[in-house]
Amino acid sequence: MFDITKILTDLTQLISLFDIQNIPLPLTGVGGAVEAREYVNLIPLLKFTTLFLIGVGAVFGLGLAFAAKKFAVYRDPRIEQVKEVLASAHCGACGYAGCEQYAEAVVTKPEVPPNLCTPGGAATAETVARITGKAAGAIVPNFARIMCQGGWSKSQKKYKYEGIQDCRAIILAGGGDKSCRYGCLGYGTCERVCPFGAITMTDDHLAFVDITKCTGCRKCEAACPTKVIEVLPTSKQVLVSCHSKDKGVDTKKNCQVGCIACSTCVKVCPFDAPAVENNLSKISLDKCKVCGLCVSKCPTKAIDDFIPRRSKAIVLDHCIGCLICMKVCPVNAAYGEHKKLHVIDQTKCIGCGICTAKCPVQAIDGTFNAAEVFAAAAAKKAEKAA
Amino acid sequence: MDFGKLFELVIAASLVNNFVFTRFLGLCIFFGVSKKMETAVGMSITFGSVMVISAALIWLVYNMIMVPLELTFLKIIIFIGIVAAFVQSADTIMRKVSPGLYYKLGIYLALIATNCIIIAVPLINVGEGYNFIESISFGIGSGLGFGLALIIMASIREKLELANVPKVFQGTPISFITTGLLALAFTGFSGLITL
Repeated sequence: MFDITKILTDLTQLISLFDIQNIPLPLTGVGGAVEAREYVNLIPLLKFTTLFLIGVGAVFGLGLAFAAKKFAVYRDPRIEQVKEVLASAHCGACGYAGCEQYAEAVVTKPEVPPNLCTPGGAATAETVARITGKAAGAIVPNFARIMCQGGWSKSQKKYKYEGIQDCRAIILAGGGDKSCRYGCLGYGTCERVCPFGAITMTDDHLAFVDITKCTGCRKCEAACPTKVIEVLPTSKQVLVSCHSKDKGVDTKKNCQVGCIACSTCVKVCPFDAPAVENNLSKISLDKCKVCGLCVSKCPTKAIDDFIPRRSKAIVLDHCIGCLICMKVCPVNAAYGEHKKLHVIDQTKCIGCGICTAKCPVQAIDGTFNAAEVFAAAAAKKAEKAA
Repeated sequence: MDFGKLFELVIAASLVNNFVFTRFLGLCIFFGVSKKMETAVGMSITFGSVMVISAALIWLVYNMIMVPLELTFLKIIIFIGIVAAFVQSADTIMRKVSPGLYYKLGIYLALIATNCIIIAVPLINVGEGYNFIESISFGIGSGLGFGLALIIMASIREKLELANVPKVFQGTPISFITTGLLALAFTGFSGLITL
């Protein structure tokens, strides 16, 4: 093993071989008393310096330790745990500046819900709820929706733009090059700000949102200069994809797929969901049952249906022949006689699901909402029995 | 105290011998935080105040303790220690006393502890043999100069974000070029004041 004392004595002997008391120190350097001397008594100086440095270090250390003790801020260890499980995209979807701020708020404030981290999804919400001891609550996924269908081929331009290829730049030039000042400009600012790569520009210069990648973080909503992007709940799939508040005539001139405020959707909707205001129809998300009736009736195809295909309604055997489906069907596809099995005309049915919802005995199946309606009815029945 | 001399000192430190554009110090922070105006302003305020306070602190320690003890050759180590200890304790105290300010500026404090400009200011102070008031004015001047550089750069870079920059120059390269041009412009201040 090492004999430390022996090594030390060896070392001192080695040092003493040199004329250590008389080493000429370099005379260069900026000022200072030591550098100016011709000879320096090195050993005492070394001792003194070491002591001084130890002293200074001790003073600083004690000072910092004192400050840390005196000004200690209690930090909940759960904040770190919550920070670990968050998505760390610093997207700001929760409404806080960053993941750290949200983690702190959700731990320290009882009114902050644990399900605000949309990129993290349901799993994160559940973990955060477990750490903070709050009820998770349902996390409603939101998606960004581009409220414009007027690509460059379907809309008119005011002038030819050759400046910086960014929506935020072109908006400065007379509100954009499109005749419609409400639409998607198509220079891809949202594509560049999206932290998840969910937005791509189509060939027709229109933003397209990939809903499998979109987390609803609202970065694009904030960046879009025309505010044409809205972040809406996933469940609402029928939207008026137009923001034009111009008069119908002007909208028609500017764009082939704009809302001309003809009120057809207001008339056909069985649930009073659309309302026309400021020359623009807006579908109320609370009232809309996504039946898709307005989609087929809209003359300019301004209403976008995100349900790709609606399956048609079929009548099950336990139909009691109450005629209700005939009364509610907006396209007169259901027909039949009183107390006899009804039939739904498959060529007329648009799969809106209204009859499924209205049937008193849940005898109509096949529409997109059938599973939901049946489950609700079963739950009600169970409640009644209990 | 000659006020004119102090004013000259501030101008010389902020414009003629601007730390970023003339002495080329503090470039890491200069490039790091000049992407956004908000962070640039926060950093400038934090930097300026730390510079002034540490210049004053270090002047006291140097002239009251180190000169009498003939330990001036230890200045680099001691100065770094003082700045780090000061920044660290400021961080701790600010967190308790004003959390609002801490969340605004606290994140920059950690970056400052071992920064080259912060250590350059007291080193130049003792090298030039400035007195207490002069040291503080030199700190103020340097803080103003660095703040000016950061804010100019941040405003340019915010515009550069939108500009049509050739692919190879995007990001840091174009900022380097911009800084070079700015430094060239700042040489125009040389000869403004002859101390």
